[in-house]
Amino acid sequence: MNVVAAQPVAESRTTQTRTFLAVLYRDVYVTGRELPVFLAQVVLQPLFLLFVFGKVLGSLGYTRANYAYLLFPGLLALTTVLTAMQALAFPLVAEFGWTREIEDRLLAPMSTGLVAVEKVVFACLRALTATLVMIPVGILILGSIPWRWSGFGLFVAALVLGSLLGSGIGLVIGTFVQPQRINIVFSLVFTPLLFTGANQYPWPSLARLRWFQIVTAANPMTYVSETMRAALVPTVPHIRPSITVPVMAAAAAALIAIGVRGFYRRALA
Amino acid sequence: MSAAADAVEVVELVKRYGDARVNALDGVSFTVRPGEIFGLLGPNGAGKTTTVGILTTLVRPTSGEARVVGIDVVREPVRAREQLAVIPQRSNLDRSLSIRDNLIFHAAYHGVPARERSARADALLEQFGLRERAREKPDFFSGGQAQRVMIARALMHAPKVLFLDEPTTGLDPAARLFVWDRLRELKEEGVTFVLTTHQMDEAAALADRVGVMDRGTLLALDTPDELVRSLPGEQTIDLTLTGDATDGAVDALRALPRVERVEPLPLDGIPGVRLRLYVAGDAPALVAPAASAAAERGATLTDVRLGLPTLEDVFISLTGRTLR
Repeated sequence: MNVVAAQPVAESRTTQTRTFLAVLYRDVYVTGRELPVFLAQVVLQPLFLLFVFGKVLGSLGYTRANYAYLLFPGLLALTTVLTAMQALAFPLVAEFGWTREIEDRLLAPMSTGLVAVEKVVFACLRALTATLVMIPVGILILGSIPWRWSGFGLFVAALVLGSLLGSGIGLVIGTFVQPQRINIVFSLVFTPLLFTGANQYPWPSLARLRWFQIVTAANPMTYVSETMRAALVPTVPHIRPSITVPVMAAAAAALIAIGVRGFYRRALA
Repeated sequence: MSAAADAVEVVELVKRYGDARVNALDGVSFTVRPGEIFGLLGPNGAGKTTTVGILTTLVRPTSGEARVVGIDVVREPVRAREQLAVIPQRSNLDRSLSIRDNLIFHAAYHGVPARERSARADALLEQFGLRERAREKPDFFSGGQAQRVMIARALMHAPKVLFLDEPTTGLDPAARLFVWDRLRELKEEGVTFVLTTHQMDEAAALADRVGVMDRGTLLALDTPDELVRSLPGEQTIDLTLTGDATDGAVDALRALPRVERVEPLPLDGIPGVRLRLYVAGDAPALVAPAASAAAERGATLTDVRLGLPTLEDVFISLTGRTLR
């Protein structure tokens, strides 16, 4: 007799791909119907940061003329990472915690891991959309933005790896935090993340503030900001992409791996 | 090969959660036949939900085997999910989608072709009295309405086995009867049901067979009637007699086989004589002989009430505790 429970075997790829796409389409469909709300939600914060720090302070003469150019790539990185993170963390906590909405997808014919992967893919799509929308917003506010086609490859790397990184953070928060604590955790994570990610300053310039430089080096978003600057404003001092790209990839991989484990823990008893 | 014939097959199922010190499920075995309504009856914590959790692929068993329409739910959870549907106690409807879209997307997840989805959704919305509210979102739906939507949603991918967790707990009587009627209709169409409940009247009213669970084990398994009949102890028949010769009739009743004793009951203003017969074994079978015996002596039987034990009594006799 079989004493220990059996292990899963490989199952139909076609069925699972079809289900995966249907679930992804559900998310796109829901977001599509509330697109203005979604865009307002994700663009408002970087828009105000850009307006006040890039435009207002510059016009009043408190910042140097080129500060807006230094700030803009940082805000793109901020939008990418935080949009992906928020697309995952809050909905996941709610779906596992009180709406139980995720059950219908967990009971769909695809592996549990794929349900988590779908969440990551969709969070990345949201982050890409929000970041791309920031480009016309930047042009509108600043009149012009730093752009270099020769840096396009790096820009895409920062966009993709930054999205994955953000979704990894969201997945970890979404699966490890208890619903009643999500507000506390979010404010404890969000604000430090927002100001230690080298979005508003280039990391090498922090050499004069050594302890803060060490703190910001621990924030994975720093490497996204630095890559964006390497892509768009290479004259500003930045960490070399040969360092930032592997760090982003490693951090994203680690966070997603931990998050998927957490997802399994929540989904299967 | 016999497994393929069963809608559900569970063999020596054991589940121990994390660092718990006792098994939540401690060697449960049973089978459910196709087209059957199978009830798992027991108090909270009896292991009903764990059993259903394993069968519906969201709880991994510690040991043992579980199959749905012959598919091993641990080895092939994806294939198993194509064949089953779950209707939870609390609403888990998609709040971002309308009622109709809840049905449509569920079907899409299960690979129902696009042109079939709409037709099926409209038919089910009609059948479940939801047509007028098809465009609404489920936010303000009552428990009973959400329950209806979830049953309709579950049927979108034509599952072979439906699992219902406490299907009518918390519903008002009308909603409850509506759900019961729909389930009976679906049973006629050949759908198999496994339902968990701690309400003995629900188990008695719906289930073809009932498994009585407590503390992770299956204590008894039979039809509701057989479970009740197997109870040791007496059943009673309360009779009201009218006519001229009731005294002779009482003697005749006392002389019937299996009647252990006869006691008078207060009349409460009713004309005639009221009696309680204490019967060894099956009381309903004695009603006809009692009526004939009374008639032969010139008395007329005007009222009969059976004092039958219920599944609640079965549970008490098996565990020494009440269900709640």
